[in-house]
Amino acid sequence: MSEGGKTVRSTCPYCGVGCQVDLQIRENHITRVDAPFNVAPNYGRLCTKGRYGMDYVFHPSRLTYPMIRKDLGAQPRKPVGLSGFRRASWDEALDLAAEKISHLVKENGSNSLGTFCSAKATNEDNYLFQKFVRGVLGTNNVDHCSRLCHAASVAGLQITLGSSAMSNSIAEMKDLEVLLVTGSNTSETHPVISTFLREAVVKNGAKLIVIDPRQIEMSQFAEYYLQLKPGTDVVMFQALAHVIVKEGLLDQKFLESRVEGLDEYLPSLDTFTPEYAEEICGVPAELIRQAARLYGEANAAAIYWGMGISQSSHGTDNAISLANLALLTGNIGRPGTGLNPLRGQNNVQGCSDSGGLPNVYPGYQPVNDPQVREKFEQHWGISLDPEPGLTTMEMVDAAEKGVIKSYYIMGENPMMSEPDLLHARHVMENLEFVLYQDIFMNETGEYADVILPAVSFAEKEGTFTNSDRRVQLIRKAIDPAGEARPDWDIIQDLALRIESKLGREKSVGFSFTHPSQIWDEMAALTPPFQGITHERVMREDGVHWPCPSPDHPGTPYLFKDTFPRGKGKLTPLEYRLSAELPDEEYPLILSTGRVLYHWHGGTMTRRSKLDDIYPEALVEIHPGDAEQLDISSGDWVKVRSRRGEIDVKVSVTRRSRQGMVFLPFHFIEAAANILTIDARDPQAKIPDYKVCAVVVEKR
Amino acid sequence: MDKEKLIQLTIDGKECQVPDGSTLLQAAKSLDINVPVICVHEATTSEGICRQCVVEVEGWGRLAPSCITPAAEGMVVFTESERVIRTRRTILEMLNASVDLSNSPQLQAQMEKYEVDPERFPGAKKREKEILDDNPFYVRDYSQCILCWRCVQACADDMQYTYALGIGGRGHESRITTFFDFPLPETTCVFCGNCVGVCPTKALQGKTEHLLEKGLQHHEIRARRREERQDKRRST
Repeated sequence: MSEGGKTVRSTCPYCGVGCQVDLQIRENHITRVDAPFNVAPNYGRLCTKGRYGMDYVFHPSRLTYPMIRKDLGAQPRKPVGLSGFRRASWDEALDLAAEKISHLVKENGSNSLGTFCSAKATNEDNYLFQKFVRGVLGTNNVDHCSRLCHAASVAGLQITLGSSAMSNSIAEMKDLEVLLVTGSNTSETHPVISTFLREAVVKNGAKLIVIDPRQIEMSQFAEYYLQLKPGTDVVMFQALAHVIVKEGLLDQKFLESRVEGLDEYLPSLDTFTPEYAEEICGVPAELIRQAARLYGEANAAAIYWGMGISQSSHGTDNAISLANLALLTGNIGRPGTGLNPLRGQNNVQGCSDSGGLPNVYPGYQPVNDPQVREKFEQHWGISLDPEPGLTTMEMVDAAEKGVIKSYYIMGENPMMSEPDLLHARHVMENLEFVLYQDIFMNETGEYADVILPAVSFAEKEGTFTNSDRRVQLIRKAIDPAGEARPDWDIIQDLALRIESKLGREKSVGFSFTHPSQIWDEMAALTPPFQGITHERVMREDGVHWPCPSPDHPGTPYLFKDTFPRGKGKLTPLEYRLSAELPDEEYPLILSTGRVLYHWHGGTMTRRSKLDDIYPEALVEIHPGDAEQLDISSGDWVKVRSRRGEIDVKVSVTRRSRQGMVFLPFHFIEAAANILTIDARDPQAKIPDYKVCAVVVEKR
Repeated sequence: MDKEKLIQLTIDGKECQVPDGSTLLQAAKSLDINVPVICVHEATTSEGICRQCVVEVEGWGRLAPSCITPAAEGMVVFTESERVIRTRRTILEMLNASVDLSNSPQLQAQMEKYEVDPERFPGAKKREKEILDDNPFYVRDYSQCILCWRCVQACADDMQYTYALGIGGRGHESRITTFFDFPLPETTCVFCGNCVGVCPTKALQGKTEHLLEKGLQHHEIRARRREERQDKRRST
């Protein structure tokens, strides 16, 4: 502890790894960030965002008081900066919001409201948010950005296993013989997990297979690197399965006892020969055979994947194709082995766990299950809508049709993260009321009528659940910025005002004085959380759910004896082309993604010293394409798709194969999602951020 | 090595039993005997570099670095014999003669305990290096570096597997460096700061802390960053 200061243990607010941090506080500032060496999941390791990226918390542009739009009521609403707003008191801002929202509920019905909760907020914030939306507003229209990241992984794992989370803890990597990493640029998007992957390879002799269209850093540690063409994932993984079946590398015992659907599944593999895959994926058949053998022969193997698998118009199929591999070879249900979608946001797992989804209450209890609904109705003392609500993108569609008239957005930036942004922005212009709650102004807040300032992770208490289902604490380390308040406290205040305006005689319950009480209410209604309390998380530094009772140790790896759906299901798949492929007019494939130094829409990292080292967007172009276009690194180009165009600087690199360009989506001045296509996976409704067609023009 | 097997030995007159494969340092710790260390860290592999943890083993001609010497059956160990104390004092006096140790509370405490004579090597000159300030995140002041190697290990196979840092030069000129002495942004460095996290002095220090200690206020640090960015933009 530094002189005159204090050290506060908390959880990093960036990615789903959930690193434990010791914040060194002096004079109400974070002056240094360390990591405890003896605590999971990071054991002293951090990445550049965790160690040096916390300074956004002190940025002068923090929202410090409530605000109201000056031209309130003008239609269509125009995006305005902070100068378009005036300062208001909490009472005035909350009363105005309560008045507008209760009016819409009374006049247009509950389903005229669309709400976005936040994968950056705590479990407690999100539980209370969905309780407010369901219990007060009376709609299930609540969703968040996991729709735009791992919805397809969730859908795929639901179909094959009946579950939707990472099956292993990070610490189990040391038990593995083979690691398969695909569609995850792990060293940039989950940097601390990538160090444990590398440790397994360098120190424990594990073998790594990397399957990715970009020659990412992890490929340097790989036994086999398969550079497939974007969008050909299903063919690749079916071909691996084909080899595994053909060469008898199946786990017969596991198939007999734990798996169903083998008979229907096997014939579906016939067409997916390695030679066919070579033709479609552009990877030599022999390399596919070798990788299949390595995975198939391993005694303990696990698959890790990221957005490259799920953010696809066939993302659910991609996830199923991975699950098929694990089921065929019995590589699931033992320590280390399994299927691991690496979650993006710090609390994207927890936001979903806490009921921030349109079809389920906390703990994935379906809203259309009468018994479940009755339990919540009894506890909250109100009748609830039995119909699942709308997903993120369906809320955009409904707003376009005029069915949804108002958005309440907490801690999200859909106006940077939705595909086909120009369209999404147009939709926002025609809403009747927009309530925006965040720590900063961003592209979405510019459409707001009322702005409510929230506090950052360092100014409040609560829990985040990381990618491996570990519930961990955040603690108040500094005083709130100005008049900013914790999200749960704002929600509670707003909820009570709306209940009063709706003339409700009895509140559904908003009298919490600390987030631990909110957790306790959620745990009482959610069997897998019942053994977890804030006090226990504090004592044990973190608890992996499911944890059904106080004497239960928590569950680091899933599916030991059974799958939630009973038997694992092998599922036949067909190869579907991506929604938009290159042609003469738009000859290149665009994939979007992230870089090490930035985070998502950039709201945090572009207000941090992280922006100093990576201050502008760069589009990656292969030397072969660059030569044809007569461009070199540092040149400015125009990248154009059927949706829009941006100007951006070039970085010529062989990371991607010829015919593909890569663009990070963090930069508002070159917003990648102006170009992307709103083509959705039919099951998961996730848009395709990894394949659309563009043309690059020299400027 | 059989982890089930227990080794019996005597340290400072006390008997103890430790699992086979334990080091003398671990064995001493099991008796609550505090052996001073400099280069040892729980997150990095001990290499016996600094020799501050030496102990005397009965019948051995030379002192044993306890961090890497395995405990053996029947060993008789002294952690604070006169010879051990003299050696530790000399190590600290040599370090102090060549390196600025003023920012390491841990070493200051050891110097006090072992009654270090700051004038032991009157002709010696402390290593003077310019502070390297080549990135937005941390500065490197190698005049405070005691060459414990922890940063190199953290960057390599103990934590990060990035291999940006190495050791260059020989003897008194030994130093921590990058490939061809390149500035950090031109190396494989990913600015995780795991090296900063294990540095026992302020040879590696976060830039925010560094500037605060120089007396700058937070808003001044922010303004300075803004200027640096504009300068950089103008120069490219």
